[in-house]
Amino acid sequence: MDPILLGQAALNGFLFGGVYSLMAVGLSLIFGVMRVINIAHGDMMVWGSYLAFILAFRLGLDPFVSFVLCAAALFCLGVVVQRGLVNRVLNAPHEMQILLMLGVALVLENLALVVFGPDTRRTESAYGLATVWFGPIFVDVARLITFALALALSCALYLFLFRSDLGKLIRAAADNGYGALVIGADVERIYTVAFGIGAACVGAAGALMSALLPFSPAAGFAQTVTSFNIVIIGGMGSLLGAFLGGLIVAVAESLGAVLLVPSLKELVGFVLLVLILLFRPQGLFGGKTP
Amino acid sequence: MRWAALGALAVLLVLPNFLGSYLLTVFIFIFFYAYLGQAWNLLGGYGGQISLGHAAFVGIGGYTSTYLAMTYKLSPWIGMFVGGAAAACLGAVIGYLGFRFGLRGFYFILLTVAFAEICRLVVSHVEALGGALGLFITFSGDPWQFQFSDNRYYYYIALGLMLAAMGIVALVERSRMGAYLAAIREDEDASEALGVNAFGTKLAAIVLSAFLTGVGGTFYANYLFSLQPNTAFGIPLSVEIILRPIVGGSGTLMGPILGSFILSPLAEVSRAYFAKGGLSGVHLIVYGSLLIAVVLFFPRGAYPYLRGLVRGRRGGA
Amino acid sequence: MLEVRGLSKRFGGLQAVCDLSLSMAEGEVLGLIGPNGAGKTTAFNLISGFLVPDSGEIKFRGRSVVGLRPHQICHLGLTRTFQLVRPFPHLSVLENVKVGALARTASVREAAGKARHVLEEVGLLAKVEVHAGELTLAERKRLELARALATEPVLLLLDEVMAGLTATETERIVELIRAINRRGVAILLIEHVMRAVMSLSGRIIVLNYGERIAEGPPAVIANDARVIEAYLGEEYVGATQG
Repeated sequence: MDPILLGQAALNGFLFGGVYSLMAVGLSLIFGVMRVINIAHGDMMVWGSYLAFILAFRLGLDPFVSFVLCAAALFCLGVVVQRGLVNRVLNAPHEMQILLMLGVALVLENLALVVFGPDTRRTESAYGLATVWFGPIFVDVARLITFALALALSCALYLFLFRSDLGKLIRAAADNGYGALVIGADVERIYTVAFGIGAACVGAAGALMSALLPFSPAAGFAQTVTSFNIVIIGGMGSLLGAFLGGLIVAVAESLGAVLLVPSLKELVGFVLLVLILLFRPQGLFGGKTP
Repeated sequence: MRWAALGALAVLLVLPNFLGSYLLTVFIFIFFYAYLGQAWNLLGGYGGQISLGHAAFVGIGGYTSTYLAMTYKLSPWIGMFVGGAAAACLGAVIGYLGFRFGLRGFYFILLTVAFAEICRLVVSHVEALGGALGLFITFSGDPWQFQFSDNRYYYYIALGLMLAAMGIVALVERSRMGAYLAAIREDEDASEALGVNAFGTKLAAIVLSAFLTGVGGTFYANYLFSLQPNTAFGIPLSVEIILRPIVGGSGTLMGPILGSFILSPLAEVSRAYFAKGGLSGVHLIVYGSLLIAVVLFFPRGAYPYLRGLVRGRRGGA
Repeated sequence: MLEVRGLSKRFGGLQAVCDLSLSMAEGEVLGLIGPNGAGKTTAFNLISGFLVPDSGEIKFRGRSVVGLRPHQICHLGLTRTFQLVRPFPHLSVLENVKVGALARTASVREAAGKARHVLEEVGLLAKVEVHAGELTLAERKRLELARALATEPVLLLLDEVMAGLTATETERIVELIRAINRRGVAILLIEHVMRAVMSLSGRIIVLNYGERIAEGPPAVIANDARVIEAYLGEEYVGATQG
């Protein structure tokens, strides 16, 4: 195998990994704070993609600008889902929470299908096809921007969680799991904000990714599953693990596409997942066992 | 109660003579999904081990018997049990990995999803199994090849499958395994302290559940005359399978059947009504909303709720 | 019949159980006491197979049980209860006990008969059809005891079966345990209600910080200066007054 080809694939995967990291960080935050599995995560992402698509199509906004609006919209969606639904099953058995979120996922996915149709879309960006060559290897400018933005957003989230008062409360909630919360903290508000931020992360990820890869309503579930792969590989509840896991899975998939068949690249993620579940169920960077 | 059941059975036996071909199809799907739901119910309802990858067993079962029929002319009537056995083997692998390593709750769900997706991806790339296009069964009308020109035969087969699964699950429910599954669902550690071999019991449950589901795969393939990896192994089929017992009442014998009588016609109606306008996703929106409503308002499903209503009325009178 | 030697278990930086040794004879009642966090429940979890020890040996009726699963240990005749009672809440009282009885018979009918018998013994026969989740705390403690009894143990590990009960309820449980013991069932008892431990146990072991600090008959333990210092002081006074 040509080392340059492999290096190129690894670089592409790595730069793309920013999006994976962002979506996994969102999932990990929601899980960490509420112990709720957001099965609708990928479908929320697809909605982020469609919003970016609409904004580009109607208003000519570049996805590298409009992702802020998409994140804001998804924040609102997250707040609504949390307040209206998740809040009512926080003490229910795990299966019930999962089934509830499965219901939300079905509604979101098929609402997208009804509204936008089944066709595959891609958001136009001014940087869509630009590349920069470094010797034998080229860098896709769109991917580079995506990676930079995803990294910036993750850093912003980090600063928020570690520097602001509300962020510290959210972190305390995530460390203890719910139930053992900091006394006096406004639990409702923490949960709502955490779910909103988690949804905003995946919304931004969706908007950014829509410029790189074609998407359709049916893609949501696969993205959910990928997010979970990443979070479990990185370590459930560890934000850093989710971020690094995103990069690892993206690079692995990208290499898999070159070494196997492109359509088998997802297989790499699943095999990685099964191995992790069996031999290191706490994940690569997680301390806690499930 | 017994008379009501016998009466219902008698009605179902003579019903095909009064049904048009469309309604006949609706009933075939009601029975078939009730059958698959009952198979899932054994593991997910009674044992509390939620699988979101049961389509994998349908796919394995269907592909096995169809491949054997196409290549070796093996009758699907025999192939369906070979397919069931193949699915049971996959079930054993998933169960062994999941239960041995103590993956509970969400981790187990993800393991089942991962295996279903791995099956889908692998089968899509195997030329002998038709790749991404899948396998197509040509109609010969030969009953020995599981083909009938009259849909009423499929009706009776589906009814038979549903009743057989009900019988098997009823036996399990009344046995030691049934009591153990319920205990594991309630509190696995406490059950272990009382001598319950949780690993062995869960493994037996997933093997039996996978076997029954795999047998159903043959019916699925031959009734639809085709198998595609994306549908036969896909998440949407898994969702269809789990919805019926959950809506009807998981962990109850009547749950999957009641759920299927509620959901299958609902799906047909919304599909028929909205699909004309090109709104193909509407029935799944209905499903999703229903799932949310069930979790929020009837978390134990329709059957326990209805039974409660009947008992309450009797008690009050 | 129970031989524990050099048992140790560490959780991260915490030495939960340290070099614990104890032995029990057939039909004996042994009390295990100590302040909260002394490692009593961890010791139970180790003996009953819910945790694997870092080092040490556990022999039950001459057979090593280290590495066996809890259900295997139960089948050998050693059954434990849980400190926070864990009934199967959505199953009826009868079904709860039936699960235990099925450890000795594969026949569901036989198990149901056996379960009724045990429920009669613990005084819960009137509640057989009630869901376990609807019972009072005292009833749940009895149910926990009944489930364990139904497995026909020769050694019963009871983890605080009296915690949270009123004086009358405690009195009844003590009587029940005595009756069980009279049938030849050995009992290892973790308990905070001092009066009950003192009256039930033939011998008492005191744990502190995972280590055994004293062992002897109740009268000696109650007067051991180290024990009083480590633990008994206020608790003993409180229990006597309550």
